[in-house]
Amino acid sequence: MTNTLSDTLKATALRVREHIIRMSEGGGCFIGASLSCVEIMVYLYAQVIRRNGDDQLDPGRDYLFLSKGHDVPALYGTFAEMGFLESSRLSRHLSTSDHIYWHPNRQIPGVEFHSGSLGHLPAVAAGVALDCKLCGGRNRVVVITGDGELNEGSVWETLLVANAYGLDNLTVVVDRNQFQANIRTEELVLLEPLADKFRAFGCIVQRIDGHDFAELERAFEPVMQPQRMAGQGMIHGSGGKVRVVIADTVRGKGLPSIEARADRWFCSFTGKEVEELLEELHGSKEAAIESETLVVR
Amino acid sequence: MITTAKQDERIVVMTAENRALVRNAPRLLGNRFIDTGITEQTMVGMAAGLALRGRIPIVHGLAPFLTMRAFEFIRTDVGIAHLPVKLSGYIPGFLSDGNGPTHQAIEDVAIMRCIPGMEVYCPADEDDLVKMLPAIWGSAAPAYVRINHRKGSYDHSPYVPGKAEIVAKGKDVTLLVYGFLFENALQAKELLEQEGLSVGLINMRSLKPVDEEAIVEAALASALLVTIEDHLRTGGLYSIVAEVMLRHRVSGTEVLPLALEERWFRPGLLGEVLETEGFTARQIAARIKNANSVYAK
Repeated sequence: MTNTLSDTLKATALRVREHIIRMSEGGGCFIGASLSCVEIMVYLYAQVIRRNGDDQLDPGRDYLFLSKGHDVPALYGTFAEMGFLESSRLSRHLSTSDHIYWHPNRQIPGVEFHSGSLGHLPAVAAGVALDCKLCGGRNRVVVITGDGELNEGSVWETLLVANAYGLDNLTVVVDRNQFQANIRTEELVLLEPLADKFRAFGCIVQRIDGHDFAELERAFEPVMQPQRMAGQGMIHGSGGKVRVVIADTVRGKGLPSIEARADRWFCSFTGKEVEELLEELHGSKEAAIESETLVVR
Repeated sequence: MITTAKQDERIVVMTAENRALVRNAPRLLGNRFIDTGITEQTMVGMAAGLALRGRIPIVHGLAPFLTMRAFEFIRTDVGIAHLPVKLSGYIPGFLSDGNGPTHQAIEDVAIMRCIPGMEVYCPADEDDLVKMLPAIWGSAAPAYVRINHRKGSYDHSPYVPGKAEIVAKGKDVTLLVYGFLFENALQAKELLEQEGLSVGLINMRSLKPVDEEAIVEAALASALLVTIEDHLRTGGLYSIVAEVMLRHRVSGTEVLPLALEERWFRPGLLGEVLETEGFTARQIAARIKNANSVYAK
């Protein structure tokens, strides 16, 4: 990866984090889980997913499904930076006058499918990937899941079926930020050794630093150029197997006052706290947070 | 809730990692608190197993995922075996505010009450919930509770199993309501009385078994019944009232349903949701006044 590209992606990620912080005011958002997947989201939309905001009906487009629906601020912040969504709309978060609320929905250009109930979109993405295969398309289909979300049995059913159908055009990205809502994953239902579990289900697995653009580039390199093979249709890099990218991340990445804290999952901040968090993002001292931050949503 | 659970060794509290409401449970209940992770189906199946061994599982989760993702497990494992599993549905109806349709349990009353032997309870506020819980947990039947622990202004009467709470009787209109909309109905009653109407108000409390006598008496005493619910019109209180009136051959009384009609509600912060959907006290009163003038002609 060139230094110029790396610098551009980092600058975009920083602006997405600013959007996320602003969306945590007055009603709040799932700030920690949004901050953990910023690089994943920015890298995919900037470098992998061939889409713009107006191609919702183009059958040749790539697909990105956000199954961990808590990450609306990261998704919409990225949409704003990609030009899919006017950034002024982000200020209408949680107003019934717009459709910007805690979970994604298709009223927002670029959202492929609604989510919020965990463990649904791997299956929906597999359906899309299957049809892309049947049509011989070059489409890449990516679905981002959380790590806590892997508790749901439907995720594992989908992997079995998707591998049975040879869906090598499907990539599952796990935002492995080590937390589910209010607790560390390994303190509740053990996920590790996670790569071995996916391999046992028939997948090709890579494990990377999910905040490092160069590692993201290497992880997605194999899916970039599908080849047409005589008698076999379109073959993607993983040769008949679902590709899984386990992206090790930090919940709350970029804000030391939020990072890796079980009690800072859903946060609703005051305007003053938001200003301090924006300064913290740019290297100032940690923000003083007094708002209640352990809230059920 | 936890205090009662602590006193009865048979009670276990389970959750699919929805810990906010039961955050003190791990400390107070020790190994009688069971968090299965984000696994609604497995949680309900395990609850059936625990109940087979004589336990009374209180199964706490977000209302939509608890009642719908695990529906067949509830119906087949808990319902057919008629086990005393107590389902605790959190953020039902409008209480899911800005989460969006994935999180809106607005059909939960309909689907839970259609399971043979399942009881359905909808407390008006924290005071009502605390007064109802001992009877709910003491019953040998499976039960679903629309959990609502918001503070109310009304001092509720003691709970009599299967009976509604008749707050007032009225000749012109009787409001039938359940859950947190009770508070708005109470205020709407006062607004309508200021307009010179004689207004009755019934807090339904238990939708199954339902207090048929209270419904029939109100229908005979008032010119207009109004059902008020944050639920789809299909299968909720309006349907229950229609069933009861038909069964008892009560006719000549108009019934106005204030409910959600064939759509999910616009997500946003709760106050704005109520305003958008027409469920503030002022809007409820205005809708009833309009209907009353039409019916009076």
